[in-house]
Amino acid sequence: MTKYLLAALAALMLCVGMAAAQDSPLQTLMQEHRALIEKASRKTIEPAIAALRDSGLPEAQTVLEKWQAKELWQRKEDGLFFFAEKLDGSAYQLIDIAGGGSVGEAEKSDLKQLKPNSGVRSLIGAALVQFQLLSPDRRKRVEALDAIQRDPAPEHLEALAGAIEEEPDAEIRARKERLVQLLTISFSDDETKRIEAINAFAGDTGVDARAALNPLLATTREAVAGDIPDGVNVANTLKPGQEEFSKEAAYDLLVTKDLAPRRISTADKRAALEANIVDGRVGGVPLAQLNTDGARERAYANLAEAGVVPPTATEAEVQAALDTHSFYDRYAEASIAVTDAARATLTSINTRVGLNQAADLTLDALSLASIYFLAAIGLAITFGVMGVINMAHGEFIMMGAYTGYVVQQVIPDYTVSILVALPLAFAVTFAAGVAMERLVIRWLYNRPLETLLATFGISIALQQLAKNIFGTQARPLTSPSWLDGALVFNDVVSISYIRIAIFVLALIFLGVFLFIMRRTRLGLEVRAVTQNPAMAASMGINPDRINMLTFGLGSGIAGIAGVAIGLYAKVTSELGSDYIVQSFMTVVVGGVGNIWGTLLGATMIGFLQKGIEWMNPSNTLAAQTYMIIFIIIFIQFRPRGIIALKGRAAGD
Amino acid sequence: MSQLLEVSGVSVSFDGFKAINNLSFSIGEAELRAIIGPNGAGKTTFMDIVTGKTRPDEGRVVWGALSQSLLRMSESQIAQAGIGRKFQRPTVFEDQSVYDNLMMALKKDRSPWRVLSFRPQAEDRGRIEELAAEIGLSDALDRKSGELSHGQKQWLEIGMLLAQEPKLLLVDEPAAGMTLAEREHTTDLLKQAAKTRAVVVVEHDMEFVRRLDCKVTVLHEGSVLAEGSLDHVTKNQDVIDVYLGR
Amino acid sequence: MSRSFFARNPSVLIFIAVLALFTLAVTMASEAAGSGALSTSFVKTLGKTLCLCLVALAMDLVWGYTGILSLGHMAFFGLGGYMIGMWLMYARTESIVAASMSNAAIPPTDQEIVDAIGTQIFGVVGSSEFPPVWAFADSLWMQLALVVLVPGALALAFGWLAFRSRVTGVYLSILTQAMTLALALYLFQNDSGLRGNNGLSGLQNIPGLTGVPQADVSLWFFWASAFALGAGYLLCAWVVSGKFGSVIRGIRDDEARVRFLGYSVEGYKLFVFTFTAVIAGIAGALYYPQAGIINPAEIAPIASIYLAVWVAIGGRGRLYGAVIGAAIVSLLSTMFTGGQVPNLPLGFYTIHWVDWWQVLLGLSFVLVTLFAPKGIGGLFDLVTGRRSPERHGADLGPDSGSFQEKEAEE
Repeated sequence: MTKYLLAALAALMLCVGMAAAQDSPLQTLMQEHRALIEKASRKTIEPAIAALRDSGLPEAQTVLEKWQAKELWQRKEDGLFFFAEKLDGSAYQLIDIAGGGSVGEAEKSDLKQLKPNSGVRSLIGAALVQFQLLSPDRRKRVEALDAIQRDPAPEHLEALAGAIEEEPDAEIRARKERLVQLLTISFSDDETKRIEAINAFAGDTGVDARAALNPLLATTREAVAGDIPDGVNVANTLKPGQEEFSKEAAYDLLVTKDLAPRRISTADKRAALEANIVDGRVGGVPLAQLNTDGARERAYANLAEAGVVPPTATEAEVQAALDTHSFYDRYAEASIAVTDAARATLTSINTRVGLNQAADLTLDALSLASIYFLAAIGLAITFGVMGVINMAHGEFIMMGAYTGYVVQQVIPDYTVSILVALPLAFAVTFAAGVAMERLVIRWLYNRPLETLLATFGISIALQQLAKNIFGTQARPLTSPSWLDGALVFNDVVSISYIRIAIFVLALIFLGVFLFIMRRTRLGLEVRAVTQNPAMAASMGINPDRINMLTFGLGSGIAGIAGVAIGLYAKVTSELGSDYIVQSFMTVVVGGVGNIWGTLLGATMIGFLQKGIEWMNPSNTLAAQTYMIIFIIIFIQFRPRGIIALKGRAAGD
Repeated sequence: MSQLLEVSGVSVSFDGFKAINNLSFSIGEAELRAIIGPNGAGKTTFMDIVTGKTRPDEGRVVWGALSQSLLRMSESQIAQAGIGRKFQRPTVFEDQSVYDNLMMALKKDRSPWRVLSFRPQAEDRGRIEELAAEIGLSDALDRKSGELSHGQKQWLEIGMLLAQEPKLLLVDEPAAGMTLAEREHTTDLLKQAAKTRAVVVVEHDMEFVRRLDCKVTVLHEGSVLAEGSLDHVTKNQDVIDVYLGR
Repeated sequence: MSRSFFARNPSVLIFIAVLALFTLAVTMASEAAGSGALSTSFVKTLGKTLCLCLVALAMDLVWGYTGILSLGHMAFFGLGGYMIGMWLMYARTESIVAASMSNAAIPPTDQEIVDAIGTQIFGVVGSSEFPPVWAFADSLWMQLALVVLVPGALALAFGWLAFRSRVTGVYLSILTQAMTLALALYLFQNDSGLRGNNGLSGLQNIPGLTGVPQADVSLWFFWASAFALGAGYLLCAWVVSGKFGSVIRGIRDDEARVRFLGYSVEGYKLFVFTFTAVIAGIAGALYYPQAGIINPAEIAPIASIYLAVWVAIGGRGRLYGAVIGAAIVSLLSTMFTGGQVPNLPLGFYTIHWVDWWQVLLGLSFVLVTLFAPKGIGGLFDLVTGRRSPERHGADLGPDSGSFQEKEAEE
């Protein structure tokens, strides 16, 4: 029932639409360029597209889009243009291009689909960009700009330039202006304009600027007989056998340019020799003697003389060929002025980028330092203040991280779970630390080497226990979404929020530690016990209790550090052992018994590691190796660390 | 007479505290000298400097006829040059026998290779028995030195010092914890030793010092306060002030 | 005091006798020369265990006697293994390559052979060039010399730096651990020249002995290991028995006092450190041909810590203690981790020893440290009646890390 109703409605519309379809301004315009549109080719279509684009008609954009998408149809009988929708069978519903709605039906045989080729389509696309760039919808304009940036083409330049004037949004306008400059560099025909645009980017750290400039300086290696021809934009001339340009490479270049005959390769020569074995001899040389290059050389020369194999270029011929040819790198860009400008600009950019990279590296190093500081601060307390080596410190870090993981299994909200996990991790590792101190370590005071081994025993037991409970695969500890992403300063300098959070956490710990040690009763007692346990005991301080609390505190901090580290590294049972050596290094390098020393040690090791990684970016392992070697050498000069206790207190 | 050890203008400070302040001191080749002074006068630090354990901030320490500077030598080189030291607390190797302790101290080549191939000869054993008799430990040669009494350990250490045949003996409170008879024995040993070499005794106990009957140097706050016979220095007003309080 | 070396050290004779009997027994029971009661792989395990005993001896000398808790001796052990492994791998690959190339129509040049070996060996790390460290790999004698020289030189350089700056006690332990870690990390790189984490493999195939069955080879290596252990024991016993032993034990108990006796403590430490590193290197060179493969994981600090664990459990400060500890713990380890110990059903949970052995080892280690600092070797004192002196609470020396009253007591 509805179907018939709709059909009737359509018929009614058709009567009204017919008249409009023929004489809408758009249709008229299209008809004017009908010949061009029907035989569309990249070379000739320009005026038709330009006419549509500049017509100012609101529907022009839709027509262009449909045309590009091969959805524009032409009725054979009168050459009018329509959009079409496929109905049942071979019938098509015709729709007015000027928005007049349905204008009737037609058989497929009466219609012709316009199928512009890719060249034409890209021209249409460029024209469309202008519409998008001027679109009242801000989002569309940004999309258009993104599209251009992704895939810049010469056609965009003019459209973009024309779209700046009317841009209301300051931000987009700035972006458009920048893009115009970039496109000018790449595609403009006017050399002066290009150079101006290039110069405008001096010191600009944007990746896009470098992306636009670098192709200008791309070179190809060329070889010509005689001297280098005039009018070629030469980047630099090459002498065979100098620097990176070996004689072999030079000759190979000549061979690829067909300027010199091929030399026969070792493998081919060998094959040629093998093919010409006669009575156990090759070219008169006995087979058994052919195990040296010299003998093979001789045998091949004999064969060549006999005309059995093609002669190969001798050394002298190679040299002569090299002498009579010139080798140079040629810029793809023909204009010397442009390449010069580009080079100057790139140099200034690279300087600026270098500075920014240094800043970025500093941020990275700082964040690494704060991680090491977090990992080491608990150790600094137990090792530095109490003189106890805790090899299981790394496993406390691991316990903290696993606590965070378990909490996340129970509490799905990441923010809440982190807030719960931090104190819980502290509690868990505090308890573990106290238990360990009570059960093991207090029997081993004054026997540091035994402590080291006993705590190591605990460390392997804990590690295996974690493996048994949680398995060997890495467990995720997901950070809350507000810690995702990074603080971006520019294309070079950025730092992730997690790292900032860890940095802040490290600062908080420093503050808390200083507060506890300097401003609380506990700190006073800890310092007293550290300096003279007997005297402290006689003054009513219970050294057992203090040792227990100090150890618990150190372990608890390790637990919190574990949560922090777990946030950006995967939680595995080996998490702790990855950090233990670095943590020890931090404490030792910094100087035992001094929190500032630990801070300096962490900073030094963080910067050192990043610095070495920067010099040798391919290899983190090598960086760590060199860092440890550096530390061993550093210990030579400051055996007691950066901040050393002096005098009698240091002991001997 | 040329001086065996000459310390001049030496200062050292720990964290700003001047333990030794412009100290000058010298001793001849066969001389017995007692150094006294209240706690913190710098007696032990002085010995540390001479034996190379502590490096002074300034000053010179010159040794022997060749006038070698001791400041550039390591502890073991100084010991080999002929300076022996006895610590305040008896430090002998308790896990080893008296014989081994003495054998280790015996004046012989000290380089690892020589020590490795060293096998004691009859004369070495004779020398050790001689020394053991001197310090009254003949019967205890095979005992672990850890089993000895406190006084015996002190003697063993003195015996080890003598076995080193040093030109200068630095002895820190040798009589501490000894019975009266043991003290007398110790005094005799030291006086005997001082006939052939220089001996510096650091001591608290005035009675013991009086028994030694030798020149006395009084240290106070890191420098020499007075020097002379015991009677002379005990009459010195500064010394009385220091010892009795101001 | 004029008694002979053996009269003064009866334990040496006993040890040598026991070792000889053991070797004889294993030989009788082996597949190659006897009844075949012991499988070839178990003979290999025993041979490897003897090598571990040898490196434990070295550890005891440096830790138990001299008081340096080195966490780097397994690195020297591994280096020794790498040095011999380079020759084994090179020579074996050479024979394979030569065999395959002899079928070619034209005899290969020397360079072609070397290139082919390089491709074979370094293909896994995407290279075919021989790195400079392989310069002597074609010479067995040079590589044998390097087994001694490389660990020795590394120990000498590291020890000279560390001892010179008077790094002692736990600092030194951590520093040696760092050295070990650095070495392991370096070897883990593919461009270290030693095949990165692939390590060297196929070492059980001895070039030139391809016709000999593994049963024979394993027995030969067992004999060589037993001989090395016996010789090493004699040498170590000789070193610690005389005045040198006195001095190093003195260094362990009171370093400063030894210094004031005129001994150059640094020199002695350096001597012992280097000497034991060389022993460790030799032990490693005997171990890895029996193990068949070496990779950087074997050098990681944890291995050296295990070495300390063996010595501590066996009883440090006595040579046979180290040997007993290494033998017992490493054999138990092999049994437990190899799944040869039946699982223990508790009803609610079944203990799989493969998973729980580490936990057991860690905890027993804590217990030994706490309650039996003399280790298994301490049991012998009950028999011989060897007693420690009563010290009335005074420790043996002011040097932290030395034997203290608590553990010196019975």
